[in-house]
Amino acid sequence: MISGKETLGLLLMMRINKNNVFLVLFLCLIMNFTHAIDSGLVFSDPKLQQRYETLISEIRCLVCQNQSIKSSNVFLAVDLRNEVRIMISEGKSNKEIANFLADRYGEFVLYRPRFKTNTIFLWFSPFIFLMIGMFVVYKVVRKKIIT
Amino acid sequence: MFPEIGHFALILALVVSLCQGSVSFYGAAKQNKDLITLTRPLAHTQSLFVLIAFTCLVYSFVSDDFSVLYVANNSQLALPLLFKVSAVWGAHEGSLLLWVLILSTWTTLVCLFSKNLPDIFSSRVIGVLGFLNFGFILFTLFTSNPFERIFPSPLDGNDLNPLLQDIGLAIHPPLLYVGYVGFAVAYAFAISAMLSEKLDKNWAKWTRPWTTAAWLFLTIGIALGSWWAYYELGWGGWWFWDPVENASFMPWLIGTALIHSLAVTEKRGVFISWTLLLSVSAFSLSLLGTFLVRSGILISVHAFATDPERGLFILIFLISVIGGALLLYAKKASDLDKKVGFGAVSRETFLLLNNVLLVIATILILLGTLAPLVLEVFNMGKISIGAPWFEIAMLVPMIPLLILVTMGMHSLWIKDSSFNLYKKLRSPLGIATLVGIVIPTVFYGRSGLLLLIGSIISIWIIISSLLSLRSSWKGNQGRFHINRSVAGMSIAHLGLGVFVFGVTIVSSFGVETDRGFSIGDQISVAGYEYKLNSIESVKGPNYVAIEADISVFDGSELISHLKPQKRTYLVQKSPMTEAAILAKWNKDLFVALGDSLGNDSWSIRIQYKPMVRWIWLGCLIMALGGLIAISDKRYRR
Amino acid sequence: MKKHYLPILFFLAIMPIFFIGLDRDKSVLPSPLIGKKIPEFSLPSLVNSELQIDSSELLNNTFLFNVWATWCVGCLEEHDFLMKLSESNEIPIVGLNWRDNHNDALAWLRDYGNPYTIIAEDVSGRVAIDWGVYGAPESFLVNSNGIIIHKHLGPLDDDIWERDFRAIINDAN
Repeated sequence: MISGKETLGLLLMMRINKNNVFLVLFLCLIMNFTHAIDSGLVFSDPKLQQRYETLISEIRCLVCQNQSIKSSNVFLAVDLRNEVRIMISEGKSNKEIANFLADRYGEFVLYRPRFKTNTIFLWFSPFIFLMIGMFVVYKVVRKKIIT
Repeated sequence: MFPEIGHFALILALVVSLCQGSVSFYGAAKQNKDLITLTRPLAHTQSLFVLIAFTCLVYSFVSDDFSVLYVANNSQLALPLLFKVSAVWGAHEGSLLLWVLILSTWTTLVCLFSKNLPDIFSSRVIGVLGFLNFGFILFTLFTSNPFERIFPSPLDGNDLNPLLQDIGLAIHPPLLYVGYVGFAVAYAFAISAMLSEKLDKNWAKWTRPWTTAAWLFLTIGIALGSWWAYYELGWGGWWFWDPVENASFMPWLIGTALIHSLAVTEKRGVFISWTLLLSVSAFSLSLLGTFLVRSGILISVHAFATDPERGLFILIFLISVIGGALLLYAKKASDLDKKVGFGAVSRETFLLLNNVLLVIATILILLGTLAPLVLEVFNMGKISIGAPWFEIAMLVPMIPLLILVTMGMHSLWIKDSSFNLYKKLRSPLGIATLVGIVIPTVFYGRSGLLLLIGSIISIWIIISSLLSLRSSWKGNQGRFHINRSVAGMSIAHLGLGVFVFGVTIVSSFGVETDRGFSIGDQISVAGYEYKLNSIESVKGPNYVAIEADISVFDGSELISHLKPQKRTYLVQKSPMTEAAILAKWNKDLFVALGDSLGNDSWSIRIQYKPMVRWIWLGCLIMALGGLIAISDKRYRR
Repeated sequence: MKKHYLPILFFLAIMPIFFIGLDRDKSVLPSPLIGKKIPEFSLPSLVNSELQIDSSELLNNTFLFNVWATWCVGCLEEHDFLMKLSESNEIPIVGLNWRDNHNDALAWLRDYGNPYTIIAEDVSGRVAIDWGVYGAPESFLVNSNGIIIHKHLGPLDDDIWERDFRAIINDAN
């Protein structure tokens, strides 16, 4: 009934909304291997290849919103992977690539949140909580020793 | 007819659970012995009705009764029997009924094994469980009734989601739920304790085995889910920091803190308010997880197809259950703390650190999961928080925690000295440092800071756990005695070490690559050779598939034929990949079939995953440790 | 003791977020391009491959930038509306033919009509990326200064046009 290619087309013009979110997610999950992923190594330099693979795993596919563009195969993901490949070969830094994508698609597309006013607390939170925690332990233990 | 019986039984269970809750509480409040004796029979009756309801649903699936809407949506004639049964909990309505069944079962077990507890105390415990079940059955009957009919009934069903047609995913939900729901027992014990005039000093001892049991099932359930995702989804990942995964990890972390805190309270009578708060929090997080999965509030691949109205119901339930308990805690907790002291270096201090670090980890996960939602609600933008953030954030509390594990295991209660600890632990640390450096560099050819930290710490934990295990048995005039509590603890920590080692190695040295193969091509990946021999069509019970035959060589020696498939399920017509895995104790070779690249060539994903099985092996060992700890004789009285 | 009230306070602080969160429509992804100048591009015209369309030519009027393709069912849905819109001369419609087959696209326009004043052909999808396009159809409202002032995901119709676009167009003019 629905072939791989049609599923692809269907997916691309379905907006995820309340009514079809589960259908879209299901289609995304099963769509995984019905089209070629990168059919080979993209870079012959293993360091660049590693950097490429890490980067694409940190970018969200906006059609299959639960997958990175590394695992998704809708052509948006393919196009974006291509874009990342080109930018790496042009010598752009990871930060520049992240900025490029976020400028066009919004922060939502990056799995690694950028450092902005609304995420500063997020990035410092582990250390803040750790300090609070250690302070609490210190207070409790001190109290217990005295009694 | 059976659906009607099931439906009716569920309604009866609703009524009886309300009675169970009310009678138990009223009886306890008025100290009315007659009412109190009713609590257990009421609980057993409620469980019986729930069991009948569940059995009727199972029967509807097994007998292909497509007049039941839920069966029609989740099954089909050609579905193998095993999956017809597991389809019962394959979607929202049925999984809720499973939740209710498990809660009833825990309640029955508590009734059976709590004879040694004071009546008023156990009465309240059973009462709490009764009210909880009432809430869930109410939710099921009013918003998610699995017994709803469809007319005219279809000749065949829509089939179970092909992703769920798998043994791993068949048993993952039940085990997970046994864990989630099991924390309700600890919650009930805590409520009962807080409502008592005077907190019985044995409260912690009574709670402990129930909590450990729930914890060990949750451990297995989560591990199973992770393992399933690994082999079924084909991406080679085993944890994605998906919101729903996080929702299962948070109760686990708090549950772990809870079992440690219970140990301190049982042994030394301190940390009472900590333990109470953790008891309430563990189940609260289970409930929160349920809410997140079923309300549609977060996008997740795990989410059930459901709607915000159901979400509202669960939210209100959540507020009553959690809010009520926390309010009680706020009022009562201060009365309960004891004034007992311990030294700066002591097991109590280490376990306090343990609690605090686990709570920090939980808060961080909660933050990462909910922050995008919070920002959106306040119109501060729409962001994503994914694996890159979570991985870094978790290291902050986890590395200190893992370092402290060995010290906590070997320190004495009340007062110890850092010198003593140093003496006990320096040889294990020395050996661990040596082995921890040698293994990555010699066997895998690389090193790095995080890698070495993970490697050394995990081996140090393994060695010190073995030492602790050794100390748990004493030979005494020919009689051999094992302290099961210490043995269980040691084994559980051993499992932790194994787990961390697996994670460290596979994260650092795993290889994943996609290659195009024509028939006859041979390509080398991570030291092994892969050759595509053929691509054929094959048939399964409810699917057809394209299967690749791939030979794997180690050097010139043929070590395996791997046969990955791409299946098309006949009813839902959806394509699915079945990966082929060569599993060894110290590595997995993982091959998945992609798509045709034209000209008789195919895209194939090959992964090399060293030590990946240690991840789930570690979890199983942890659960085993829990099991052994529960079997300690002092609980059998 | 006061500190024991912390957990319930924390809990009560989080709960409203869930209540509000339940109601949200998750499909809305705000575009970061709103308020920014249109991306520069230079693409061949679909109808006349010799002609190159440059984004600088578009900077003088308010216009609607519509991303479409023949494989997109929603585009067919909104096509009647677009035809009506073009006939009313309310606003020029510039088309971006996204990742499509050249001949299929021309045939489609022949069969269903052509509401576009000009159509740029983006075969590789490179320009669509600059516009932050992730599905079809998508429509952008651009003012006479070349600033993107509104983006709509999904098919357009009378109601949406009335509700979301008309007021902004009047302001822009």
